[in-house]
Amino acid sequence: MTMTYLQKLEAESIHIMREVAATFSRPVMLYSIGKDSSVMLHLALKAFYPAKPPFPLLHIDTTWKFREMIAFRDKTAIELGLNLLVHTNQDGIDQNVNPFDSGATAYTHMMKTLALRQALDQYGFDAAFGGGRRDEEKSRSKERIFSFRDSKHTWDPKNQRPEMWRTYNTRVNRSESIRVFPLSNWTELDVWQYINQENIPVVPLYLAQRRPIVRRDGMLLMIDDDRLRVRQEERVEELLVRFRTLGCYPLTGAIESSARTVPEIIQEMLTVRTSERQGRAIDSDEEASMEKKKREGYF
Amino acid sequence: MRMVLDDDMLIEQDAPVTNTFLRVLTCGSVDDGKSTLIGRLLYDTQLILDDQFSALKRDTKKHGTTKGDDHLDFALLVDGLEAEREQGITIDVAYRFFVTPKRKFVIADTPGHEEYTRNMATGASNADAAIVLIDARKGVLRQTRRHTFIASLLGIRHIVVAVNKMDLIQYDQDRFEAICGAFQAFSETLGFRSVGFVPMSARFGDNVITASPAMPWYKGRSLLSHLEAIDVDEDRVDQPFRLPIQLVSRPNLDFRGFSGQIAAGRVSVGDSVVVAKSGQSSRVKSILCGRDNVETAVDGQAVTVVLEDDLELSRGNMLVAPQNRPQLADQFMAHVIWFHKEPMIPGRSYICRTEVDSIGATVTTLKHTIDINTFAQKAATALQMNEVGVCNISTQAPIVFDSYRDNRNTGNFVLIDRFTNATVGAGMIDHPLRRAHNIHWQAGDIDKHARAALKLQTPMVLWFTGLSGSGKSTIANIVEKLLHARGKHTYMLDGDNIRHGLNRDLGFTQEARVENIRRAAEVAKLMADAGLIVLVSFISPFRSERRMARELFEKGEFVEVFVDTPIEECARRDPKGLYQKAMAGEIKNFTGISSPYEAPASPEIHLRTMGHEPLDLAMQIEKFLDEA
Repeated sequence: MTMTYLQKLEAESIHIMREVAATFSRPVMLYSIGKDSSVMLHLALKAFYPAKPPFPLLHIDTTWKFREMIAFRDKTAIELGLNLLVHTNQDGIDQNVNPFDSGATAYTHMMKTLALRQALDQYGFDAAFGGGRRDEEKSRSKERIFSFRDSKHTWDPKNQRPEMWRTYNTRVNRSESIRVFPLSNWTELDVWQYINQENIPVVPLYLAQRRPIVRRDGMLLMIDDDRLRVRQEERVEELLVRFRTLGCYPLTGAIESSARTVPEIIQEMLTVRTSERQGRAIDSDEEASMEKKKREGYF
Repeated sequence: MRMVLDDDMLIEQDAPVTNTFLRVLTCGSVDDGKSTLIGRLLYDTQLILDDQFSALKRDTKKHGTTKGDDHLDFALLVDGLEAEREQGITIDVAYRFFVTPKRKFVIADTPGHEEYTRNMATGASNADAAIVLIDARKGVLRQTRRHTFIASLLGIRHIVVAVNKMDLIQYDQDRFEAICGAFQAFSETLGFRSVGFVPMSARFGDNVITASPAMPWYKGRSLLSHLEAIDVDEDRVDQPFRLPIQLVSRPNLDFRGFSGQIAAGRVSVGDSVVVAKSGQSSRVKSILCGRDNVETAVDGQAVTVVLEDDLELSRGNMLVAPQNRPQLADQFMAHVIWFHKEPMIPGRSYICRTEVDSIGATVTTLKHTIDINTFAQKAATALQMNEVGVCNISTQAPIVFDSYRDNRNTGNFVLIDRFTNATVGAGMIDHPLRRAHNIHWQAGDIDKHARAALKLQTPMVLWFTGLSGSGKSTIANIVEKLLHARGKHTYMLDGDNIRHGLNRDLGFTQEARVENIRRAAEVAKLMADAGLIVLVSFISPFRSERRMARELFEKGEFVEVFVDTPIEECARRDPKGLYQKAMAGEIKNFTGISSPYEAPASPEIHLRTMGHEPLDLAMQIEKFLDEA
């Protein structure tokens, strides 16, 4: 009787989640509605069964997510009977911060990073699960599973706590916190294979379908609502596309694909020649941008 | 084509299933080419994607160390932190994933600099095998020995020595063989099961994945082929059952399950199991793995076990096989690797964290440190950052463990600073100390309460802390008189007086100060046990020692009195002329001048002495005791 690779990953993630539940007083799970969040939530349901996960879900709503994501979020929370908290940075709304006029960097800082910090402070969470994986990006590949944040939510990459074996240091002083990444050692392919094996529901945007698209700055942008102002020189096309990652629709590029099912996505991944975050406008905004955002408190 | 395969396809390969996954550590000295090697492996297995490749080309121009020729600087694929790219070094461990038709790999790329040993140890703690890189021009260096030693210490049993940069020594076979000989000579005693040697050039790809035409004299495997062939014994399934308990699941009155990840062996429904700390036994009623009820579960699986009987069992305990139980002890010997700038000092109190247990602990003895170069034992009074030492450790209550040699999961611990919560050290347990088994606490019939009752008082310790000359002894002396007048039985322990007798062998180094406080606290404890009210007047400058003293006593028994006088005032008073000498440099390690005083954050009594008479201050304490 030997465990498969996916079973090993699953057991590691469940162990991490139980450590958090057992040692922190106010944990929360960041729920971003994407495939990684879906896997993380599925693992949490397994980790504490027959009990429910002993922490709420938190969604940072920028108000610019795809409509299908919000529908999927609300349906999931109701079906599973989970406590879902939604937080939006009201200052950003008041100042009309948006992805078109404010620039991706300023927008992300205001509506995601600051919004997250507000929510964590407001509820006093001392541990927050995120779905980040080490294969996503270079600064993430350097981050600990239990990643310490000081009282200002700052990550100090040059001074991380040693993390030995599966013996985690879960201690924090008041107002300090830990970001926890139970999917650290999963790859994008692992995530899809697990979704396939476990039949985990995902937002339909991951699957190919004909969608209204404009080409802008080298990205295929989907027109999710009429806030996307189509420019004169742009043409709206119906293209067969899907998304590899999901975020705010004006900043998330689609890829042309005919993969309409999860097995077809897995097949496609075996030949794909670009990385997952390539469709994210916010990453290419500046050199080492992910590390910078993470140091400021982004997930 | 990318060599990415899914699990089903992997199983079709000839390798046994248990061996299809390998966690590898890369280590070696600075500039030996570790990051370059990983970049090369990813590149040659076609795992560098198009957008990453364009970024690499761009970055090579900007930061690369291979400027001036057309070659790509593969290190930039892994050195992901800004500081690393700017300085051209690796600071922290990076994890990379890659797949070949034979195996899945997680590679932990670790820093070479001694300064970042903690990050190297982080990578090594979970690795099955290590690639030790050696620069062919330089041969075996101090760092090579150091990393090889740490890899061995952390339980890695398979090594591949990659002699890199062969291109820079004209692919010289004699030089390669000399390096292999040197490595073998020093690593003989480190207990490796397999050691392989590969002459290589990571930059040009020689012998990384395919055989090198430049070295026809080498008939052995390429590096990748070595890694694919390493036979990792996954025999923990056949070891005695261990389930460290992470949490108790109690969703309703009908269900009480014990959750954890199995650390060794297997368990089936109906098996007899024993609670390690109490020795109580029961049978397994059911096993949940996720949402499924299973008959049997094995090492590595995360489960929730339900027992037939209602036993006392919670986090920090362990369910184990009845025939082969782990150790249960409060004293043990361990190899400790130290991570923090503040040295480890025997007598100081830390948090000892095992996978699921957490408890106060003290290093009672530092037996010796280990010289990384000669592996010889050296006597020492403290363990400095990046050093390895053999220590005796004492915990406040017994913990459950196996020896690290037998089980890496149940034989490890980390040490955590009580105030900053920094992870300051990591330990690998060798064995319990016999003392813990054979010396039992003598419980007499007449106890503390009986003795105190005879005196009509509650035993207590008043711990006065403050700078030299702050007025501790003056105030304590008045308090004792007030108490004596009311018929209370007291005793005063004064820092200076104790140093004339019990502690006359101690100096004023940090280590000696820690021991000074430890002895005073133990004496105070005996006196409190005798039913006395004890007044302790010691500078006691370090928070951790005061905390250690506090933890010896029952709740409410220990009263910390902070005699708070500004240092300028103490120096002005200077009753013993010490400040004058200290400022003239005649006294070393003088608190407040050349050694720190860590003020209490929340003392029970905080006496601000400026503008108050000692008698008024003493009466404040008396009032506190009346109200307590």
